[in-house]
This record gives sequence, structure tokens and C-alpha cells, in this order.
Amino acid sequence: MAEAIIGTKDLNKTYGKKDSLFTALKSITLDIKQGESIAIIGKSGSGKSTLMHLLALLDSPTAGEITINGESSSHLSRRQKDKLRNKQFGFVFQQFFLNANNSVLDNVILPLKIAGKSRRERNRLGMKALEDVELSDKAKNKANDLSGGQKQRVVIARALINDPSVIFADEPTGNLDSVTGQKIEEMLFSLNKTKNITLIIVTHDAELAARCDRQIRIKDGQIEQETN
Amino acid sequence: MKFLDILGSASSNMLRSKVRTGLTIIAIFIGAFTITLTVGISSGVSSYIDKQLSSIGAENVLLIQPKVDVTIGSGPIKYDPDKANTNAAQAGPGSIMLTAKDIEKIKTQPGIKDIQPIIIAVPEYIDGPGKAKYQVTAQSFIDGSTFDLAAGSLPDNTASEPMILLPASYVSPLGFSSNEAAVGQTVSFGMKSPLGELETVAAKVSGVQQQSLLADTNGASANKALITDLTAIQNRGLPGDATSKYMAVSAQLESNIKETDLQTIKDGLSAKGYTGLTVKDQIGIIKQVIDAITYVLIFFGAIALLAASFGIINTLFMSVQERTKEIGLMKAMGMSRFKVFLLFSVEAILLGFWGSFLGAFAAIGAGQIINSVASDSFLKDLPGFNLTVFPAVSVALIMLLIMAIAFLAGTLPARRAAKQDPIDALRYE
Repeated sequence: MAEAIIGTKDLNKTYGKKDSLFTALKSITLDIKQGESIAIIGKSGSGKSTLMHLLALLDSPTAGEITINGESSSHLSRRQKDKLRNKQFGFVFQQFFLNANNSVLDNVILPLKIAGKSRRERNRLGMKALEDVELSDKAKNKANDLSGGQKQRVVIARALINDPSVIFADEPTGNLDSVTGQKIEEMLFSLNKTKNITLIIVTHDAELAARCDRQIRIKDGQIEQETN
Repeated sequence: MKFLDILGSASSNMLRSKVRTGLTIIAIFIGAFTITLTVGISSGVSSYIDKQLSSIGAENVLLIQPKVDVTIGSGPIKYDPDKANTNAAQAGPGSIMLTAKDIEKIKTQPGIKDIQPIIIAVPEYIDGPGKAKYQVTAQSFIDGSTFDLAAGSLPDNTASEPMILLPASYVSPLGFSSNEAAVGQTVSFGMKSPLGELETVAAKVSGVQQQSLLADTNGASANKALITDLTAIQNRGLPGDATSKYMAVSAQLESNIKETDLQTIKDGLSAKGYTGLTVKDQIGIIKQVIDAITYVLIFFGAIALLAASFGIINTLFMSVQERTKEIGLMKAMGMSRFKVFLLFSVEAILLGFWGSFLGAFAAIGAGQIINSVASDSFLKDLPGFNLTVFPAVSVALIMLLIMAIAFLAGTLPARRAAKQDPIDALRYE
């Protein structure tokens, strides 16, 4: 049995105060193991994105606890959380979030730049990550000149570059046609298999969710159903 | 993120919207240009005055004059038979002359010695080998004064031979081929007695004095022998008390006198009804005027910079707004608040750097043009006077100051960027 990389206990998240109080998440308890692939599914506004933000330490819970590598995140300083996200997490977004005017390579190496790695090291690892997504010939192109599928591959290369233990993917295929989406899916799951990277995918694509080891269905801020 | 990477990112962000960046830089440029040029002119003038001051160098000479209370609108000055009235044509009404009695009184002041009247003789003309005659005034040379010499040496007050220090402007009109050629030659003064008899007095040119802002362009310094000869003719036949009236007397101070001791002497003289001025004090008046002009111009420059700093704030707020998603992404990827703050602050400092660099550079360029125009026209007769001087330290300080202002202006938008929540930036549900 693999070690739980991310765990939550009685996680609550509310927004606003008193009259305008809105409960986004209610007593979420989860354990995600290293190398697992998890789909978080639910309708718009169900709280699935909020859950991902909490798991990725982008947000703090109102109550409850998140443990990363068995350690409670409430003890971590903001700087330690920044460092943890930089070293251990990779992010794939539906809207890509590429800097349109920068080169493909510059986009890919952004996490390493933030980490303060040397230019030589950055470029070496960047080219390697682009090879992994079969885009090394586009390294010098502007990110804007790529197709949607190519853009998402660049985003995956960027998520991969720091050799993360977890990749968070928010609707990774949402903006792509089915053929391209299929290719991105293959890529993510093969990373999951070959590199033992934990995948946490937020989606309302039932087919994509079905390919994951586990599906967590969120409704009105609560876990409605967990299927294996 | 390494600092060099931050610098690189900030630079490329700055170039993203070139027109906006350019306009902001122009605003800073105007402030930097004004301030640098003003400081340049002020240091040009001060360094010239300092040079003159050290060349005149009569640090331990005190010029003593009767104290005149100039008050506007107080009516005519009351007649006082004890105070000698002016008899010199060049002095205006109300000018009071010093008499032998005054000199005795001044002599009682401790701390000063060797009190000499400053005598001004007004010959009819001066002429030299060129035979053309020119107007001139001759003033007693005060021991301890040094002049900016173009050639030769200072007149000798102990010599029995009459000597004169010529201003450089007289050299060629009098018929000498060069400053050096004039030294040792003889010039002659035509002097009229009160009865109208014209006599000539010959004098040896001891040296040639450089033209200067601080020196009288028509005044030549004469040694004691020459002044005695000239005044003998000037006062011939006049009653005794009419001949011993002076505009001012000079007194020697101890060398390296302390500022407080000097003040005590000045206060003592003031109590007796006289004003004591060192060369520094006399020049100080010119300096004060120049400083006042400088302050006004710097104030205008500062207003321009204040306006420019709002430009910086505006530019950066727009930049933060435009890059909301990018900031969110970088923060999600673990960029710390401080580094985000730094990224925008550096961008502000870069705006300040380029604005001030270009402004200072343009001001130095304009200064060179002003210098060459000035030295060909209104400063032609003042060699060694560069109207604008740009000391590297001053220019560097101005640039640093402007960059600091830019940084301060940038803190507001940079703080907003640093505090931005990554989720707000990434939310798209």
C-alpha cells in the first residue's frame, strides 16, 4: 500500500460573513496516494475547483486539515507553501495560461526560473520536457503561434519540468477537440504510469473521469459518491 | 527567482507596451533634464567663483567701510557734520567716506592690524606703446591679495618704482603683442590736478590679470608708489581734510582666523559704526543670488518629477491589471509575494533609470552646447568660465534620487500585485 501524499480531514471552506455566508465545501475527508489518478467531478459551482485549490495549497481551509507527505499544512509558512508548490506540484489549466509573446521554451521553464535555477540548467531541462511532449522543434516559436493541442502540450511540459510528484489538471481537455483531447489524455495517463506521478483531474467529462483510478463526485460542497 | 532574471523579466515587461512606457519615461526625462541642467549651471558658476576666490585668495584681508543703513522710504538722510560726505564723483549721495578720525577709531578694534586706506585714483587716461589713450581707474593693491595672473607678478608695495597690474583687456589696445610681452614694459598715466594741469606718471607693468567676473574690468591695481604719485597730483592744492577721505580701508587679519573670532571682530566694528567684509563675504552675495535661482529651478524640476511619479503609478497599475493572470500563474507556481513585489518595483526603478539616464545625458549634451555658445559670446572675456559643469557625483546622485522616487511610486502597484490572490487570477468558473 502506497503512502498517502495528500490527505484531508473534515475540510470546510466558507466565504463571506454572517448573512452572506456561503459554504463552498463541507467536511471533506480524503486520502490520495502516490501514483494514484483521481477525478474530481461535479457540476459548475459544486465546489470541485475550490477543493483542488485547497489540495494544491493555493487557498487555506476555514476549518479542517490538509496533510502533505504526512505533514500538516497549517504548520507551513507561506514561503514553505510556495516552495512546496514550486518543487512538488505541476499545474495544467483549461485556459493554458501561457505568456503569448514569450517563446515556447521561455513558457516551459517558468517554474525553474521562479526556483532560481541557472539559465543553462533551465534550457537543458526545458528542451528535455519539450522532447517528452514532442514539441522540441517549436521551442523558439511564440506561444501564440501554436494550435490548441500544441499549447496544452506546452502546458504539460511546463507542469513536468520540475519533476513533480503531483499534477493538478483543471479541465485539461475542456478547450480541445476530441481527437486532440484524446492525445492529451494519453499523455497525462502515460506520465501517471511511467513516472508514478499522482494525477488530480478536475473535470465534468465522464469519459476522462472513468479512466482515473478513483472518481470523487462533489455536490453542494460535499462528497456525494466515491467510486473505484 | 534570481535577481538577474527579475531584471530581465521587468525589462521585457516594460517593453511590452512601448508607447505607454515611452510616455512615462518622457515625463521622468523632463524632470531629470531640468534638475540636472540646473545643478550643472549652479556647479559651473560655483566652481568658477571658488576658483576665483582661491585665486584672489585674500582670505585674511578685511575690507572696512562705513556702515550704511539703507532703508527704503525712510526719507532723506540727516546731515551729520562728524561724518564726511562724499566728494568723489563716482559715489552717489548718501555715500559716507572714512576720515583719519575713523581710521583711528578702527585701529582700536583688537584682532586687526596694518590698516591701509584703499585709494582710488582716476587718471584722465592710460597709454602705452600703441599711443591710443584709454580710460582707467587705479586702485591701491592690498597686500595679501592674489589675483588670477595671466602673466608676470603682483605689484610690490615696498618698491619705490611705480608699478601697475594691468587687466588683460588692456594688453592689446595699449599696443602690446601678448600678455607676456607687456610685463616689464612701461605705461603712462595722464593725471589732471584740480587746477587742470595735466601731468604724466610712468609705471612699470608688473603683471597681467586674467579677466574675471569678480574683478573690475576697468580697474588696475597700483602699488603704493604709483598711488602716491597719482594722488599727489589728484589732490594738489586741496585742503588737508579733503585729501584724507577714503571709500574703504583694508585691514589684515591673522591668518587662519577662526570663524567665531572673525565674527567677534565684525561685531566689534559694527558697534563702532563700520562694516567689515572679507572677500568671501563679498562673493557670498553673488553666490546667494545664484543659489536662489538654482533653488527655484530645482523646485520646478521637482514638480515635474512629482507629476512623473503619478505617471509611474498609473503605468504600473495598468501593467498589474493587464498581467493579473500571469501574476496568478507565477504565484501558483511558487513565486513568493516578495519576488512579485520586487518584479514590479524593479520595473518602476527601470522606468526611473531610463528617464533619468536620458534626461541627465541630454542635460549634459545641452550643457556642452551652452558652454560653447557662452564662451563664444557673453563669457568671451572670462577664460576658464564654463557655465555648466556636471560633476559625476552630482549626476549619479540625481539619478539615484529619481530612481528612489520611481521606486516609491512603484510600491503602490507592486504591493497590489504582491497581495493578489492566485485563485482570483485563475478562477474561470
